Amino acid sequence: MTRRLPSTDVVVVGLGWTGSIMSLELARAGLNVVAIERGPWRDTAADFPPATSADELRYAVRQDLFLRPAQETLTFRNNISQNALPIRRWGSFLPGNGVGGAGVHWNGHTWRWHPWDFTHRSSTIERYGADFLPPDNMMQDWGITYDELEPFYDRFEYLCGIAGKAGNLRGVIQEGGNPFEGPRQREYPTPPMRLTQAPTMFEKAARELGWHPFPNPSANMSQAYTNSYGCRLAPCTYCGFCERFGCGNYSKASPQTCVLPALVRQSNFEARTECQVTKVNLSADGKRATGVTYRDTSGREWEQPAEMVLLCAYQLFNVRLLLLSGIGTPYDPRTGEGTVGRNYAYQITGGATGFFPGERHFNPFVASGSEGIVVDDFNDDNFDHTQVGFVGGSSVACIPTNGRPILNRPVPEGTLRWGSAWKRATHENYNRTASVGIQGSVMPYRGAYLDLDPTYKDPLGLPLLRLTFDFQENERKLRRFGVDRCIEAVRAMGADRVIRNEITGPYDIVPYQSTHTTGGAIMGADPKTSVVNKYCQSWDVPNVFMAGASLFPMNAGFNPTGTVGALAYWAVDAIRERYLKAPGPLVPA
Amino acid sequence: MRGRSTSRRHLLAATALVACSLPAAQARTIRGALPWSAGEAYPPPRLSAAGWLFFTEAEAAAVTAMANRLIPPDELGAGGAEAGCATFIDRQLAGSFGTSDWLYMQGPFPAGTPQQGLQEEHPPNRRYREALAAIAAHCREKMGGRLFHTLSSQEQDALLTAMEAGTSGIAGLRDKSFFELLLQNVMEGYFADPAYGGNREMVGWKLVGFPGARYDFREMLDRLDQPYTDPPVGLFGRPAWTRAAQ
Amino acid sequence: MSPRTPARRLAALLAPAFVLLLGALPAQADDNDYVAIERGRYLATVGDCSSCHLHRESPYAGGRGIEAPFGTINAPNITPDPETGLGRWTRDDFARALQQGVSRNGGHLYPALPYPWFTRISREDSDAIYAYLRTVPPVSNAVNRDTLPFPFSIRAVMRVWNGMFFEPGRFQPVIGRTDEWNRGAYLVEGLGHCGACHTPVNALGGSRRSQSFAGQALQGWYAPNIGGSSYQGIGEWGVDDVVQYLRTGANGWTRASGPMAEVVQRSTSRMTEADLRAIAVYLRDQPGRGPATAPPALAADSPRMRTGQAIYVDNCSACHRRDGQGVESMIPSLASNQIAVQAGPETLIRLVLSGSRPAATDAEPTAPAMPAFGWRLNDAQVADVVTYLRNSWGNAAPPVEASVVQTMRRQLAARGE
Repeated sequence: MTRRLPSTDVVVVGLGWTGSIMSLELARAGLNVVAIERGPWRDTAADFPPATSADELRYAVRQDLFLRPAQETLTFRNNISQNALPIRRWGSFLPGNGVGGAGVHWNGHTWRWHPWDFTHRSSTIERYGADFLPPDNMMQDWGITYDELEPFYDRFEYLCGIAGKAGNLRGVIQEGGNPFEGPRQREYPTPPMRLTQAPTMFEKAARELGWHPFPNPSANMSQAYTNSYGCRLAPCTYCGFCERFGCGNYSKASPQTCVLPALVRQSNFEARTECQVTKVNLSADGKRATGVTYRDTSGREWEQPAEMVLLCAYQLFNVRLLLLSGIGTPYDPRTGEGTVGRNYAYQITGGATGFFPGERHFNPFVASGSEGIVVDDFNDDNFDHTQVGFVGGSSVACIPTNGRPILNRPVPEGTLRWGSAWKRATHENYNRTASVGIQGSVMPYRGAYLDLDPTYKDPLGLPLLRLTFDFQENERKLRRFGVDRCIEAVRAMGADRVIRNEITGPYDIVPYQSTHTTGGAIMGADPKTSVVNKYCQSWDVPNVFMAGASLFPMNAGFNPTGTVGALAYWAVDAIRERYLKAPGPLVPA
Repeated sequence: MRGRSTSRRHLLAATALVACSLPAAQARTIRGALPWSAGEAYPPPRLSAAGWLFFTEAEAAAVTAMANRLIPPDELGAGGAEAGCATFIDRQLAGSFGTSDWLYMQGPFPAGTPQQGLQEEHPPNRRYREALAAIAAHCREKMGGRLFHTLSSQEQDALLTAMEAGTSGIAGLRDKSFFELLLQNVMEGYFADPAYGGNREMVGWKLVGFPGARYDFREMLDRLDQPYTDPPVGLFGRPAWTRAAQ
Repeated sequence: MSPRTPARRLAALLAPAFVLLLGALPAQADDNDYVAIERGRYLATVGDCSSCHLHRESPYAGGRGIEAPFGTINAPNITPDPETGLGRWTRDDFARALQQGVSRNGGHLYPALPYPWFTRISREDSDAIYAYLRTVPPVSNAVNRDTLPFPFSIRAVMRVWNGMFFEPGRFQPVIGRTDEWNRGAYLVEGLGHCGACHTPVNALGGSRRSQSFAGQALQGWYAPNIGGSSYQGIGEWGVDDVVQYLRTGANGWTRASGPMAEVVQRSTSRMTEADLRAIAVYLRDQPGRGPATAPPALAADSPRMRTGQAIYVDNCSACHRRDGQGVESMIPSLASNQIAVQAGPETLIRLVLSGSRPAATDAEPTAPAMPAFGWRLNDAQVADVVTYLRNSWGNAAPPVEASVVQTMRRQLAARGE
């Protein structure tokens, strides 16, 4: 039996970055907000203090902080002709779980995407002609521009205290920053982090190669910082337990450090944890959300009525919730009709590992998730693509992040995987290797999409999400080009042996590549080809707003969190300044 | 450690020894203040040093011998046997890793493509039990009635090499897949925190120069490309924490 | 959609809930003097009534066990419920309780109600608090008020106690002092009852006025010295430091934890700047108590200091830094924090064993909690690391023995802390 609870103004599904930001902004605007989170409450001192977080087996290998596939997973196939099978153990990507979401266990790379990203289709046609677009692409502009988002990027960066160096201040290129970035109104809130050995060498090599290296924008703190909510962060200690771990000393921006301390003080806010939302409830005509239904851990079902529903779950699970709720029309790859599930994209990765001669002490364990040097010369449309034959590009970066030895102890090519020779090679090389990697854009294609699986179900009996995806030739070319740059860089750094890191077969769900899955509930200017309008408001059910990377029509060569955060501030601003004054569609359909 | 709050979620690390047997956690409402309760911490459980929780003596002897060939003792340090890799694997198999509690284990289980990853119907504890039985039978029947751990080092290496290549011919064993599981677990045991039973005396960390569960390397930013000299430390400390040891 | 009245709370449906700090309860005034009621609300905040009289349904419905020197006594229900609360009390009854420690029925109250301080409260303020308490919703909550052991179970015993230790009388301003100083004295010595925790008591629970604000072990903590000593007290603090501490829970020297975190959260962070400043001016004028100077620090190369340093570097430096400086207004400094060198190590030991959540306020919402190390460090290791930080970076204080940690660990376990 479903128990009906008293109504609230806003129900927020998922209490990660976007859920916490939007909850706080709307609570401060006077609305009663209930946030419902599938996973547990998580807090620094109890759940990931320094004394327990420096545990590679538990967090990096056994994936303690992540969603357990037993609770929910998805099925996967490379193409529509295959039978999708469950992802029984996470590999290629690692969905988060619990309060704070991926904001707990991210590395903290906090980017603004390029102005080009938001107009990637029209800009590509303008420069190279329509024939230059890859076959079967579903590229489309976002319906929003970089200039519109700029103030909200600024808000997110100042929420987090991002450490970095501006490359473009109001149109003036700045020495030491990224000359390819869009114009920003002011400097980063805090100066860049200090560099460790490998990035120091990469920066020098990149300059020698004629590239434009700059410090990675980092949510690990270069110094103490206090944000506008009064929340404080401490300086990063370069412990090397960042990605896949919670930060034990308050030095990584996260909902825990930046938002929740202020949010819980709002008397009109309440969080319910370990409650899984199974459906957004709709009015009889399907044009209005009436709230959500959720299950608590004892299996009891509750209905939480609300005037407004914000979907702030992880990208994949936001899309699944739309499909389970019957909001919008599911995408059909055969006809190209429908919107929910289309434009799924991923990122393409690769790189080079160098082995350096002589007595070296890279000390890879002296690291932070975001400390490093990046080159943007080969990303997006920052270079002339006429000769390379692909759309998009990649950032090239040396960001060591850690030296944790279960997963990170490279040996030269040809070394046996065990035995005395392996042992000697491991001993000799651990402290003299450095890697440079790419993070490449992925365009949307007709056959890459999300829908509900016909066979496999979660423990509640609801169908799992099904992912159909493979890399296309455009992205493979892009990767080859990017990995070649990495090899140049590692050689310029002085490596005498180099491993080329490039997965050449079909997209493989097993090796970790990136947790930057995008699309499926994309924003746009046309209800026929997008799920939400430019204000992240559902075309079909106007009191449902969406957040997160499911909004992205394509995936770029940068980490998504900066854009995820900016869009959350952008959407909540539209709710507060426009929607509350005149509830209804903010863009005529 | 006491985790007294009745509403506290039933988080047990996948690394923990015993499968989750606590009552289902209550959904929890949070408002007004950040929750906190005295003494709350979730470290891995303290290990009992002796005995086997999952392996039989014979299984333990075989796995110990395998670990010692995958990571042999030599002038660079202890091998997998002395490092406690078998103890590590035993404790892992006795816990939620061994039972795949955290994984999606609902069927059907048809064969997939390599890109679709793990589709094993059986969890690691059963895979170990069956694989070790098959290897024992092979040694008994094909190698003169012996046991894996009584083979010569050369014979052990040859058998492991054949398993890795998928050419061992051991009846009833998907040798390549088991070898991958074994190699992964032995390496985990050699490099994971000593709290889990392997990496004794932090021998794995000393092999590479990893300082373990340290959380502050700021001073090294002034000493780039110089050796790090502080000794490794585990989740449960290091000898210098005890006065008598000095 | 526009902001509407608050949705009904779901706390009762989904247990356990966190009790809201209810600042604005619906008025059911039987006294129309709005100004007096609001003043009373503020004074009840200054007096931190709700810290003791807290109940899950109301800040004033009582039931919380208050540790007194001779046993635990439950705070009464002070909502206007006629059967179980103060519903039948007159303002005279109320004033007599605060100022004389005598109940409506003529029985003696125990000084868990800090009437030795409240006696200085003016009748006007007492009446204002009374008027305010009449406006809070009545809650029926019968509290067992007879929990003390013999002979203290006989309330008449308190007559003897009062004769020995109780000096009744309203506050008298000191001529020649500023109004601010006198306001501070009224708050500190009266309604704020700072000395109830910070002034040591004798074996019978009477305050040792000669040792005002010298600090004492209390409720498994050490209420620190807040006298003028530069060594153990707040002699080096400026008036602004005191104000910042009381308003936000944190300053450059230390941050409020344990019982003081509650005082900051419920009381001082909600006080006016003028009152905080008055408290600071008065406190800063107190003489030094306890030892005037530090003993010689333990030698850094002694075995226990070397061991303590190893433990410190491996466990503590990620937040408090190797040099003990911490992060200003966030992670307490151990190098310039008089908590480290108090006469009793109770607070330090329990912070290491069980951790602590410091005060969270609007000004300082982060409240970075000290994690628990009791699972990781044994008694000797806790003793050595505490000894190390009591004798490093300029600190100096007697060493702590493992047996003290062992006792503390047992006591904390018994207290469920």
